[in-house]
Amino acid sequence: MTDEITPETFAYLIGLAALELDEKQAEYLRSELNHQLKAIHELEAIPLDENVPISLHGVPYPPEISPALRQDEWQPDPNTTAILEQAPRQADRYIEVPDIPHTTLE
Amino acid sequence: MELCDLTALELVQIVRQRRASAVEVLESCLKRTAAVDGRPGVLDSGPLTDEDRQTVHAFITLTPERAHAQAAEVDRKLVAGEDPGRLAGVPFTAKDIFCVKDTPSTAASRMLANFVAPYTATPVARMEAAGAVMVGKVNLDEYTYGSSTESSAFQPSTRNPWDTARVPGGSSGGSVASVAAGEAVLSLGTDTAGSIRQPAAFCGVVGMKPTYGRVSRYGLIAFGSSLDCPGPVGRTVTDTALMLQVIAGPDPHDSTAAALPTPDYLANLEAGVKGLRIGLSPEYFQITFPDARSGGAAYQQQPVPPEMERSVRHAAEVLAGLGAEIVEDVPMPNTRYGIPVYFVISRVEAASNLHRYDGVKYGYRTAQPVRELKDLYRKSRSEGFGLQPKLRILMGMYVSAAQYSAQYYKRALRVRSLIRQDFEQAFDPNGKYRLDALLTPTTPTTAFPMAAVYGDSVLMQYADQLTVPANHAGVPGISLPGGIAPDGLPIGIQFLGPDFSEGRLLQISRAYELATQGEPWRKVRPGVLR
Repeated sequence: MTDEITPETFAYLIGLAALELDEKQAEYLRSELNHQLKAIHELEAIPLDENVPISLHGVPYPPEISPALRQDEWQPDPNTTAILEQAPRQADRYIEVPDIPHTTLE
Repeated sequence: MELCDLTALELVQIVRQRRASAVEVLESCLKRTAAVDGRPGVLDSGPLTDEDRQTVHAFITLTPERAHAQAAEVDRKLVAGEDPGRLAGVPFTAKDIFCVKDTPSTAASRMLANFVAPYTATPVARMEAAGAVMVGKVNLDEYTYGSSTESSAFQPSTRNPWDTARVPGGSSGGSVASVAAGEAVLSLGTDTAGSIRQPAAFCGVVGMKPTYGRVSRYGLIAFGSSLDCPGPVGRTVTDTALMLQVIAGPDPHDSTAAALPTPDYLANLEAGVKGLRIGLSPEYFQITFPDARSGGAAYQQQPVPPEMERSVRHAAEVLAGLGAEIVEDVPMPNTRYGIPVYFVISRVEAASNLHRYDGVKYGYRTAQPVRELKDLYRKSRSEGFGLQPKLRILMGMYVSAAQYSAQYYKRALRVRSLIRQDFEQAFDPNGKYRLDALLTPTTPTTAFPMAAVYGDSVLMQYADQLTVPANHAGVPGISLPGGIAPDGLPIGIQFLGPDFSEGRLLQISRAYELATQGEPWRKVRPGVLR
């Protein structure tokens, strides 16, 4: 049985995921993905009536238990300096990043 | 019996009556930790020593100074005649997936090893407001991605206090181990596929996954946002109820925290089970074993090990003797699809949640030279994430890609509806079964040996096969000790109930706990305490 996620598909996924993998990691991860997909294919055995809805979460949220949305009001954080200091590279209250090259959207 | 071995209920009374101070209770837990825990989990830990193999390693970060200040404040309030709170002086641990202000909040990942949380998660804040004392942050699978705690980037990973050659389960392995070993009295865990209940079963403690929405997720580092449930771990049902009482309820910081008042979980705790209908399902006495390496969709089903079934049947007999009505043969036909559905849904949600880690705003940033921003992303994420987050990102991207979404993601979301329907039919008050609760084994096996399963991501995931359906359905579940297997390890039994029926599940669990108090297995203690 051929692997569903081929090396070419896998390379594409790595790009989408913004990852770089060494050969050993790549081999392990692609193998595990294909094993997991075999488990996922179990779902194809289920006869699904067209009327079966999708569930985004199990518990229904009727209006009586749904919290009211907050007012969309700006609330200043008491310590923005501490939050900024979490950035690995920052200076003068700016977060530093490397060059962002121009990209033409396809 | 030392202070750290008492229940939260007992300790609150002792502290309030000033028979012992909150500081003395804390010191008892710290002393136990020093005796049994060994070194805490760290990055780049080096090889395991013989001592490492015989200690628990529940912690990533101990916070003794912070805890001493909290305990001293409880004692001060008592002297001043002020109310110290419902959990006055009770030491607890928090799974290191919860943000706690000014403490490292690592998610057991190199990616967040240097992250110091700027705010505190709601469940932790509520524990501390009630007078509970946080002893420290405990280990877990990296970002909660696992069922054995072995995938933590902070090694040595937690070991089972009953037998340190075994895993504690996961992902809340540090939580349950710390409670089982008396290093804390309560712990705050999270359950996305069984991550409270499965380790609770493996380590012989009580763990509850509340209904999705019962406990706020604010301050929880997210895995599967439609599945994650914070919940309590304790050594007794009463302690678990007491903790849930404190952490549950609406929260303006979490729009998925249900706008429902929290019932009094202690009021009817010992009301018994007379007249309650408790179901047994044949599907929960079957386990599925993947044979994916055979080259096809070869999955075998076989009965759960006889000792697991015996414990559940014994619990049913005990409850029947107390006046409950046992309903056999409740169909839950979609149980076996819980893991395949989870492989899809949880991965899509995890991939989405993990995109925020980019090496820019907080957390790990590569030290390598980089050419441009995307290069920074790639290198930071590749070095910061372990294998399990990478695996989840890649699967999540694949099954939600436009060309595969209908085949995988949307299909899984529809099968999730079928799993939910199984529970709705079982619990329908006007239906055929009209159950108050379903009684099942919690896990397919007792705790497995360290390194026996780790690395096989499919087999590891199937450790959650009896717990994950409740996460898909959103319903509450509780695991509690139900016996000791011939291998000397704890067996967990599980009760599942309708939405927001935590009080009823605790009541049933307490009835079972009281009725079995005198059984010989209740006297066996974890190996590290013998």
